[in-house]
Amino acid sequence: MLGGYTFTDLGSIFVMQGFAGLILFSVFVLMALGLAIIFGQMGVINMAHGEFMILGAYVTYLTSTFFQAHLPGLFSIYFFVAIVLAFIASGIMGLIVEYVLIRHLYNRPLDTLLATWGLSLILQQAYRTIFGAREVGVELPQWMLGSWHATESIEIPINGMIIMALTILITIGVGFLMYKSRWGKNVRAVVQNRAIAGAVGIDTEKVDRYTFGIGCGIAGIAGAAFTMIGSTGPTSGQLYIVNAFLIVVFGGAQSLLGTIASAFTISQTQSTLEFFLSGSMAAVITLLAVVGLLMLRPQGLFTLKVRR
Amino acid sequence: MSNAMLTIDDLHVAYGKSEVLHGLNLSLAKNEIIALMGRNGMGKTTLMKALIGLLPSLRGTMKVDDLDITKLKSYQRVAGGVAYVPQGRMIFSSMTVEENIETGMAKSSKSSILTGIYELFPVLLEMRKRRGGNLSGGQQQQLAIARALASEPKVLLLDEPTEGIQPSIIREMARTLKRIRDERGLSILVSEQVLSFALDIADRVLVIENGEIVHEESGAEIDGAKISRFLSV
Ligand SMILES: Nc1ncnc2c1ncn2[C@@H]1O[C@H](COP(=O)(O)OP(=O)(O)OP(=O)(O)O)[C@@H](O)[C@H]1O
Ligand SMILES: [Mg+2]
Repeated sequence: MLGGYTFTDLGSIFVMQGFAGLILFSVFVLMALGLAIIFGQMGVINMAHGEFMILGAYVTYLTSTFFQAHLPGLFSIYFFVAIVLAFIASGIMGLIVEYVLIRHLYNRPLDTLLATWGLSLILQQAYRTIFGAREVGVELPQWMLGSWHATESIEIPINGMIIMALTILITIGVGFLMYKSRWGKNVRAVVQNRAIAGAVGIDTEKVDRYTFGIGCGIAGIAGAAFTMIGSTGPTSGQLYIVNAFLIVVFGGAQSLLGTIASAFTISQTQSTLEFFLSGSMAAVITLLAVVGLLMLRPQGLFTLKVRR
Repeated sequence: MSNAMLTIDDLHVAYGKSEVLHGLNLSLAKNEIIALMGRNGMGKTTLMKALIGLLPSLRGTMKVDDLDITKLKSYQRVAGGVAYVPQGRMIFSSMTVEENIETGMAKSSKSSILTGIYELFPVLLEMRKRRGGNLSGGQQQQLAIARALASEPKVLLLDEPTEGIQPSIIREMARTLKRIRDERGLSILVSEQVLSFALDIADRVLVIENGEIVHEESGAEIDGAKISRFLSV
C-alpha cells in the first residue's frame, strides 16, 4: 500500500524533501522578493532579473576562488563575504541600469519588457565573454557540507539551514524596511500615487532608483544562494525567472506575506512531487495548480482590503 | 509688494495645444488668505497643479518668497515652502493616518510637528492607526490638510477643500484655516466655489474666468452679490 512506503517513511520523505527544497525555496523567495518590490513600486517587469541573480552567483564564485588562492585560512567564512559582495555588485548594476535605461521608460510597460529582455541578452553575452561559456561551480567549506540528523530517518543539510536563516533575515529586513522605516513609507506612497507623492515632498525619482537597486541587490543574494544547488553559467538565470514571476503573480504583487507563502507553496509542491514523479511532470502539475488557483482568485493570494 | 510670499508672473499653462492659463498674474502677501473663485473648468486646478509642479508651464515665472520655483521639481518646491492639498483629497488610502502625515515630513520626522497637527485635528489623533481609505470624506480632507502642514510650509495651496463636505464641517474648516494662518504666519491660496466659505476666510477674493483673473475685491466690504454674479450664468 502507498506504493510500498509506510506512514513513517512517508512522513520522513515529506520532511526531508521539504528541507531539500529549502535552498530552492530560498532562491525563489529572494528572486520573487526583488521582482515584487520592483514591480509593485514601478510597474516594471524586470526580464533581466535572472541575470542580476547570476551576477551574484559569479561574484560568489570569484570570491570563493580568491579566498582559495589568497586567504585559504579564512575559506570557511568566504560565503558570508560573498553574500555581501553579491548584494553590492548586483545592487550597483541595478542603480546604473535604472539610471541609464529604466527611468526613461516609466509608464511604458511593453517597452520596459522589451528593454529589460534585451538587457538580459546583453548580460548573458557579457558573462559568456568575461567568464566563458563553461559553467563554473563553487566549493563549499567542509563544515557547510554536513547534515544534521534530526531523527534516525530525517537528515537536514547544514547549508540549507544557513541559506534558510539568511532568507528569513533578509525577508524580515525587507519587511522592516517597507513597513517601519521612513524609506518604506515613501516607497508605499509612491506606489499609491506617484504624482501626489511628489507633491507632498517625496523625491520619487530617488525612491525609484534605490528601490530598483535594492531589488536587484536581493537578486544578487539569491545568486549567492544559488551556487549551492547548481553550477553557474551565462544563461542559468533563465531557469529561475519564470518560476519567480509565477510566485509574484500567485502571491499578489503588493503583499510581502503573499510572496513568501506563494514561494513556499510552489517550491515545496514541486520538491515533494519531484520525489515521486519526474522533475518536468512535477513542474507541470505545479503550474496547473497555480493556474487553477489564479482562475479562482485572479488578484493573487493576499490583497489589502481598503476603500480606494 | 515686497512682502509677497507667492508671486506669479505672466503664467501660461497648456494641455497639449490648448492653452488654459493665458498669462496669469497674482501676488499673495505674507499672512494673507486669497480665495480664488470660478466656475467649473475655469482653470483653478490647472493653476494649483502648475504651482506645485504637477503641470509644466509654457511661460512666466513663479516665486515663493525669494526662491524661483518655476523650473523646480515638485519635491523641491515642497522643500522650498509650498504645500498642496489636491482637489478630491488624494490621501494614501492603504496607509495609516499617521503614515499619511509622515509622508509630508520631508526631512526630519520631528514629533513636535505631529503633536502640533494632532492639536489642530483631534479627530486624526483618535484615528491615527486607521487606514486613510477608511476615513469619512470630511476626515480625509482634514488628513490631506494635515499632510500638507507636515512639511511646515510658507504657502499653503488648497484646491476646493469644501467639495462634498457638509456645512458644519465647512465652518469648522474655515476656523481651522484661519487659526493656522494666525498661529503659523502662513499664506493661503484656496480655490473655491462656495461663496460663504470664501467670504468667511478670505482677505481678498479673486475671480478666475477662462484662465484669467477678471475680478478682484478685498478689504472688509467684499461684495458677495457682485462675486456671485460672476459665478452664476
Ligand atoms: N488633463 C487635461 N487635458 C486636457 N484638458 C484639460 C485637462 N484637465 C483640465 N483640462 C481643461 O482645462 C480647463 C480648466 O480645467 P481645471 O481643472 O483647471 O478647472 P477647474 O477650475 O479646477 O474646474 P472645477 O471647478 O470643475 O474643478 C477645462 O476646460 C478643462 O477641460
Ligand atoms: Mg478643479
